[in-house]
Amino acid sequence: MIGLYSPGHSLVHRAPMLLKLVLLSFAVLGVGLLGELWQLSLCLFAVAALFLVARIPLGAAWKQIGPILWILVVAVPLQALFAGWATAGLMAGRLLIAVALAALFTLTTTVTAVLEGSQKLLRPLRRWVDADRVGLLLALTLRCIPLVAEIVTEVIEARRARGTQGSLLALAVPVVVRSLYAADAIGEALAARGLDD
Amino acid sequence: MSTIDFDDVSHAFGERMVLRGIRLHLTEQRIGIVGANGSGKSTLVRLINGLIKPDRGTVTVDGLDVARNAKAVRRQVGFIFTNPDNQIVMPTVAEDVAFTLRRRGLTPIQIATRTQAALERFGLDQHADHPAHRLSGGQKQLLALAAVLVAEPAIVVADEPTTLLDARNSRRITELLLGLSQQVVVVTHQLDLLADFDRVIVIEDGQVVADDSPAAALSAYRGLLA
Repeated sequence: MIGLYSPGHSLVHRAPMLLKLVLLSFAVLGVGLLGELWQLSLCLFAVAALFLVARIPLGAAWKQIGPILWILVVAVPLQALFAGWATAGLMAGRLLIAVALAALFTLTTTVTAVLEGSQKLLRPLRRWVDADRVGLLLALTLRCIPLVAEIVTEVIEARRARGTQGSLLALAVPVVVRSLYAADAIGEALAARGLDD
Repeated sequence: MSTIDFDDVSHAFGERMVLRGIRLHLTEQRIGIVGANGSGKSTLVRLINGLIKPDRGTVTVDGLDVARNAKAVRRQVGFIFTNPDNQIVMPTVAEDVAFTLRRRGLTPIQIATRTQAALERFGLDQHADHPAHRLSGGQKQLLALAAVLVAEPAIVVADEPTTLLDARNSRRITELLLGLSQQVVVVTHQLDLLADFDRVIVIEDGQVVADDSPAAALSAYRGLLA
């Protein structure tokens, strides 16, 4: 979800996050139950129409769906070999639709909406679970992925500059140490923003 | 302006004393703090919003003891760190600014309106939905500033906010800080930026060694460096 959101004001963008999540779940389940290729083809058209309604740029959609096509290039012939082309086609169609719908959800839903939705879902459990804390935890987890990736890149560059490419220790130790320092600094920043109570 | 008081404040990290018997009464709008690395200036400003609690003495902001009322004080004191990367919490620019307004009893519309205003003020509105971690260094520091000021604090404390920036962005951030209506306390190594400040404090080895107008305080500091 990091940086995948494609800004927009379409009906799909504006739909409540929880509604989208429920529809996504039912759609994926429903697609799994379809047994005819023509039914899956209709669904594929419907999903494509949703992408058009949401005005998702082709590049952004391809980035999300493209990788699954490479998997299907390998998986479909294998499936066809063991179970026939019809079964392979059904498997490919179901997978493609499920991935496309999940991508549409990610591309049209902000992280804030997901966090707020998660907090709403957790509200009935408030006696045992602090929904705000869980939301913050999710946000920080997402935030830390690019941060750690940046640390790893910098350490790899430093390792190259010092001619210690082969050493795993020369990568792991500074990455762990710097990640811990960054975690400490983020904790301090959260406290400064009044989020330590 | 708010009043920040340090009453006989001392602090140590383990065996090392970083501040010794600091007594300050800060009421000016623009206050600069200078000193060598490790002199204790970052510890001094962290005491203002309770990021660090003093081992001895008290720090008060408008009469509120920071150690006892950290939560209330932090609503009045915004803090900007040297490395804006550490200050970014949410994935996109607008979400990070809006994040500050959580738990403040505002409606989603109020949060959206204030966030948009803050983004426009700092020229970040074009980047509202962009990933925060992909901004340039200068833009990240602008985002940090926007995320702090959206909460409308009475005091803004900045700990070397321009250290990681190029000359142009450094100038921009400094001008923005100087243009704020709030009381501003800035730790910096860029002495030329302090010329328009109301008061400059020089810290050396955990003690205040000069506390004067920029010209007089910086002259004393240059004397220490010589």
